[in-house]
Amino acid sequence: MMASSYNAKEEDGHVAVAGGGTIKNKKPDNTAFKQQRLPAWQPILTAGTVLPAFFVIGLIFIPIGIGLYVTSNNIKEFEIDYTGTDISSPCFNCSQSFSWNSTRPCICVLPFTLEQPFESKVYMYYGLSNFYQNHRRYVKSRDDSQLNGDINSLKNPTKECEPYARNEKVPIAPCGAIANSMFNDTLDLYYIDPNGTRIQIPLTKTGIAWQSDMNVKFRNPGSNTNLTAAFQGTSKPINWHKPVYELDTNPQNNGFINEDFIVWMRTAALPTFRKLYRIIDKKNHMTPTLPRGNYTLEVTYNYPVRSFEGKKRVILSTISWMGGKNPFLGIAYITVGSVCFFLGVVLLIIHHKYGSRNNSADIPN
Amino acid sequence: MESDSRTGKRKGAGFFERRWKDVRVGDFVKVVSNEIIPADLLLLHTSDPNGVCHIETASLDGETNLKQRHIVSGLNTQDSQFEPEHFSYTVAVEKPNNNLNHFKGYIEKTDMKRLGFGTENLLPRGCTVRNTEFTTGFVVYAGHETKSMMNNNGPRYKRSKLECKMNIDVLYCVLLLFFMCLIGALGHYIWLESLPSMPLFLTPGSQGHLDPPLLSGFYMFFTMIILLQILIPISLYVSIELVKMGQIYFIINDVDLYDEETDSRVQCRALNIPEDLGQIQYIFSDKTGTLTENKMVFRRCSVMGTEYSHNDNAVRPSVLGEANDTEEEVIFHRSPQPSQTGWNLGDDHDPEAAQHRHHGRRPHSSVGRYKNKETGSSQGEAAFSSPLETEVVPDRKLLQCVLSSGGGDWVGGRWIGCSEATDLYLDFFLALAVCNTVVVSTANTAQAQRQRGSERSSHSVFQSPGDLLQTALTKMHSVYHTLHSWQPMIEEDVDPDHTPDPATSHGGHHSTAGGQTSHNSTQAQSTSTPKQCFEAESPDEAALVHAAKAYGFTLLTRTPESVTLRLPHGEELTYQVLDTLNFDPTRKRMSVVLRHPISREIVMYTKGADYTIMELLQTPSEANSLKGNHQNVAASTQRHIDWYAKEGLRTLCFAKKVLSERAYKDWSLRRQEALAAISNREELLMETAGHLEIQLTLLGATGIEDRLQDCVPDTITALKEAGIQVWMLTGDKPETAVNIGYACRLLDEGDLVIQMSTKDKVVCKSTLDCALEEVRQFEHSGGPGGMGGPEEPRLSIGLVIDGHTLGLALQSDLVASFLELARRCRSVLCCRVTPLQKSAVVTLVRERLKVMTLAIGDGANDVNMIQAADVGIGISGQEGMQAVMASDFSIACFKHLKKLLLVHGHWCYNRLAKMAIYFFYKNVTYVNLLFWYQFFCGFSGTSMIDIWLLIFFNLFFTSVPPIMFGVMDRDVSAEMLLGLPELYRTGQGSEGYDHLIFWIAMLDAFYQSLVCFFIPYWTYQGTDVDIYTFGTPMNTVAFFNIMFHLAIEIKSWTVVHWVTMLASVIVYFVVTLVYSAVCISCNPPSNPYWIIQQQMAKPMFYLVCVITTVIALLPRFTYRVLSNTLVPSPLVRARHLERLDTPIRDQ
Repeated sequence: MMASSYNAKEEDGHVAVAGGGTIKNKKPDNTAFKQQRLPAWQPILTAGTVLPAFFVIGLIFIPIGIGLYVTSNNIKEFEIDYTGTDISSPCFNCSQSFSWNSTRPCICVLPFTLEQPFESKVYMYYGLSNFYQNHRRYVKSRDDSQLNGDINSLKNPTKECEPYARNEKVPIAPCGAIANSMFNDTLDLYYIDPNGTRIQIPLTKTGIAWQSDMNVKFRNPGSNTNLTAAFQGTSKPINWHKPVYELDTNPQNNGFINEDFIVWMRTAALPTFRKLYRIIDKKNHMTPTLPRGNYTLEVTYNYPVRSFEGKKRVILSTISWMGGKNPFLGIAYITVGSVCFFLGVVLLIIHHKYGSRNNSADIPN
Repeated sequence: MESDSRTGKRKGAGFFERRWKDVRVGDFVKVVSNEIIPADLLLLHTSDPNGVCHIETASLDGETNLKQRHIVSGLNTQDSQFEPEHFSYTVAVEKPNNNLNHFKGYIEKTDMKRLGFGTENLLPRGCTVRNTEFTTGFVVYAGHETKSMMNNNGPRYKRSKLECKMNIDVLYCVLLLFFMCLIGALGHYIWLESLPSMPLFLTPGSQGHLDPPLLSGFYMFFTMIILLQILIPISLYVSIELVKMGQIYFIINDVDLYDEETDSRVQCRALNIPEDLGQIQYIFSDKTGTLTENKMVFRRCSVMGTEYSHNDNAVRPSVLGEANDTEEEVIFHRSPQPSQTGWNLGDDHDPEAAQHRHHGRRPHSSVGRYKNKETGSSQGEAAFSSPLETEVVPDRKLLQCVLSSGGGDWVGGRWIGCSEATDLYLDFFLALAVCNTVVVSTANTAQAQRQRGSERSSHSVFQSPGDLLQTALTKMHSVYHTLHSWQPMIEEDVDPDHTPDPATSHGGHHSTAGGQTSHNSTQAQSTSTPKQCFEAESPDEAALVHAAKAYGFTLLTRTPESVTLRLPHGEELTYQVLDTLNFDPTRKRMSVVLRHPISREIVMYTKGADYTIMELLQTPSEANSLKGNHQNVAASTQRHIDWYAKEGLRTLCFAKKVLSERAYKDWSLRRQEALAAISNREELLMETAGHLEIQLTLLGATGIEDRLQDCVPDTITALKEAGIQVWMLTGDKPETAVNIGYACRLLDEGDLVIQMSTKDKVVCKSTLDCALEEVRQFEHSGGPGGMGGPEEPRLSIGLVIDGHTLGLALQSDLVASFLELARRCRSVLCCRVTPLQKSAVVTLVRERLKVMTLAIGDGANDVNMIQAADVGIGISGQEGMQAVMASDFSIACFKHLKKLLLVHGHWCYNRLAKMAIYFFYKNVTYVNLLFWYQFFCGFSGTSMIDIWLLIFFNLFFTSVPPIMFGVMDRDVSAEMLLGLPELYRTGQGSEGYDHLIFWIAMLDAFYQSLVCFFIPYWTYQGTDVDIYTFGTPMNTVAFFNIMFHLAIEIKSWTVVHWVTMLASVIVYFVVTLVYSAVCISCNPPSNPYWIIQQQMAKPMFYLVCVITTVIALLPRFTYRVLSNTLVPSPLVRARHLERLDTPIRDQ
């Protein structure tokens, strides 16, 4: 309104001036951007244009799928359940007579046989089923600053740790439900060599946690050398048998930077999970890491799973570049590749039948 | 705005300036000429001695003619100076109402006598006082009680149709969310119940005890709402606003919608409904000023069977625009010269010439003013004096005829000249100039009043030349000098076509030279009184008078008793008006009975619609002198008229009749009787008129163009092709409306036009039923025929309905059948409708037919309609700003509507629809990932994606590309959309966004989210994967999936698209990587530290990403490919065509 009346006045009075050139011209710029005429690539998705894409996908995916499938199949994996729900299981008694407070350890021994030798480095996992480590409140129940060595948090754990933050006013280190429920079975592996002798297989405790966790996220308060002093004035988690500074004798694997602890603290995504327990290194090139034959698994049965109908397993597995044994991805790639190839063929037929129609200008114009 | 206007208001002894808002009921208000009336006034006093006040009601009803209002009869206020102090009567009026044509009340005088008054005494607020120096009134209604405010509905909150639909879908999303949360709550309850005892991972509350499962489930419901609330696309609303801003930016910057003349762009006043432009099904258009320029232009005439095409007048105003000023100047500079030659020829003693001289002086002082008037006229200062009308360029051939015939007579006998019966050419122009009700006035009413007051006396002065001669001669000298000083300029500005050759005018044939001279001096006269203007009841009359003026027949004054005009040679003749038979719609003609001042002959000039005049012509046997020839004239005139009508010109026929004294006397007696009759006076009057208007002699016909705006027929044709029904709502007469309807191709020659005009409801009902029946029959017969041959043209029906009938038809019992009929009509013309009716029609159609309506208009009378429609468009520039202020968009001219709707509307709609759908899809896909995870975490409400990344995902990572898509995607080029208006139909049928598309998108979203969840799930199942390591590839997969989904939807990839897409990918990785590298324990419990780095070091991550994206998008991609190949939509076909076109265009 204002502008238009202003213009009218201008025209009224100074027609000559208006023609002079220094007029306020509201004419929009005639640029490609403002006029929406930017050069554009305008693909039209028709059978003809996308045909190659389908074939290319098919041709790439099928080999990848085959590769994945083969790799997965080459991975050796052995799994043994030691929950002891079945009366025949050696661990049945242990599983029944459970109490967190029992001081006397219950040990059960499970024999098993490896049909095939495990040639390369073997990873030993413990597996839990039906354990919802991903429960929202469980996941939250930790204090990362405390675990990062923060003195203040050590004495004053976050309220997220409730009700596992304090034990009779004494702060718990490490606080929270995750730490409190830490897996505490001890697993030992013995090889029964053909002449009957039991040889304990050396299990490496270190290198099982993420380097980033070991070096950055988890730190002991104070120095690693005098942990007892560092954890002075704190209490052990309620379910634990020993305080955190007595988890291991190795000072580089003790306290918060104990690798078993770190592995446990990395909460599993799914209710059935495995966690890395130990690594069995390959001794030399000549002998397989685990030759075929009979083994016994000696379990110090501490961890109760009956309350949630859980299962405990031990898994021995070699790994490849794609991780553990899982044929799914290979199959998926092969399937998708085939489907794409098939669709490509279908589209080729369609293109031959109908495609020419589009290229002729059949639009009434 | 209103409160700023000041107006005179009585206080104490005199009138004071007051703001409008301070005007109260009971005040006396004095309004001077050209002021807007501030409140509804009861007219008590005017400057006019007859107690008449002229007002222009354009802002109320759109009628641009002047209306007369009278002072309350019986109040003797007119005699002396009106003194409000002595007005001591009681005024009683009815309650305020919105009926513009109804008003009543009474004044109770001191002697208890009551004086009634009505509409003819009311000066409604918003009207403009014209042609009356000042007027005084009594405020009966003020403020919101005034008629114009009661007619103002107030703005309606507009929400776009797309958004309304979207809101429903948002509601579905809420329901979906509710349902999902319910599943979560129930699931959690069942999960808790299924646990045998308290497991390790179940963390009790801080008090150390667990809630019972039922309560936990109940709490979980709300936890789920918090977790899954992203499903409700709040960001969609923000994004939509941003997109609309972008779209509007592009609309405003469209150079095609820029009007050079007014230097105005399209204005978007409503920022929230650009996409509605793409869905319009009904357009309601005003006529005056919207379709037409409201500038009647005399285009052609046929005199005595000869056609004179005034080709020069056909030039469009835009072309003329620049030339206008110079043109005026040429005429203006040239004029003194012939005057001078005339002077030299020895007319010195003619007082008239002296008078001309006197006037001839004035131009040089009024150059500026003249121009002022020209530019100012667009602002409505002068009623019908816009430059275009006055600028009738005479047809040279006709001009020659007129001047030669007139000139000959003039030589023969000066004063008898034009009364020769044989000279029908002169009669024709005489009829043009006289047979009307045009009032001559000047823009400055005060001057007009003075002139008017002195007119009669001055005439008598002129009759006795001696008196004036002296004064004239004294002034002569100075004039002469002035003229001399102009001479050089004249020579430079000589226009060879129009300026008479000096040699011819000096010597040569006397009569021609004289004729030319007089003619030019007339022009000099016309330009020399720059403020003179003709105020007519209809613009046609003004155009005719201007045309006559161009040929030298200038109407000077008109009073009820006499009419004075100047002939080409400069003489002024004052005819005595014996009777005026006014126009009425039944007779469709008007007549003026005059007595020639010299010959004393009684002549009747009649003008009217061709068919009525043709019927009343003399039969050949009756015609004595013009046997045979006459018949030819009638035939050829009829041919010309038909031709004019085809061109969309408004045709009028002119005829004359010479009456004998006795015949007139006889008739006059009967007329008096009829006038005196009490019962059926109207009929009697009509009958007497019929008695007189017979045995006419045809003079000729005129074709007047109600000039359509630029490209209006093209635009309307395109809009119709686009499947839009166009209605024209006008306050004008049905005849005019139909004429314009044909001219702008609203109606076609072959159309079946149903005219409805009745005052009786029963008749109205039966007409409706009949018409409906007829239409149905046509459809039935047309239906099977159409099946047989698709080429068979579908019968199109036009409906013409007048305001009164419309009022009946809109009554609740008839409205259904009316709409039923209107729905089947290709176009509907509503004539004589009030502003309120306009909005009622629009509201009715919008609500009952559930269609998208657009109203376009330029005047204050269109404001209601503009506000009532879904989209209101105001045309800026012509009449004030009210329409623009009320509108959602304002454009400079009607033709811009084409691109605004067909291109921008289509684009805006398609873009926004696709973007909205995409947003729904995006949110559902993403949120469902979280939902599926609940099945694996005991419905505990855990999120496997870091909470910040979750927020960033919608906020930064995936927000810009869809917005760019919404602003800039171009499915079909503008040229294609303009070339194939049918493409617009996709928007009308809501093909871009309907509930089916929404649900398909939802299904697709569910499918894709399932894929995005379960492919990583099966890949990582049973491994030592932790929660956030599990979530990272899922998040990435979802990101790529959503991006590539958009890539499938994008139709044209410009630099902007590429940049935003790539930038989004880069931003995603950079932000995630940096966040994961920096945040060690900053965001418990997720602690994303080094997770994505860890993941990106593994090949599995990439393998999962690739396969998931492919599987998720395969169905949509394949569907698109197949549908584009097998059943391409019109849009896809247009794109193919466009691609084909490009090489052709390049060549």
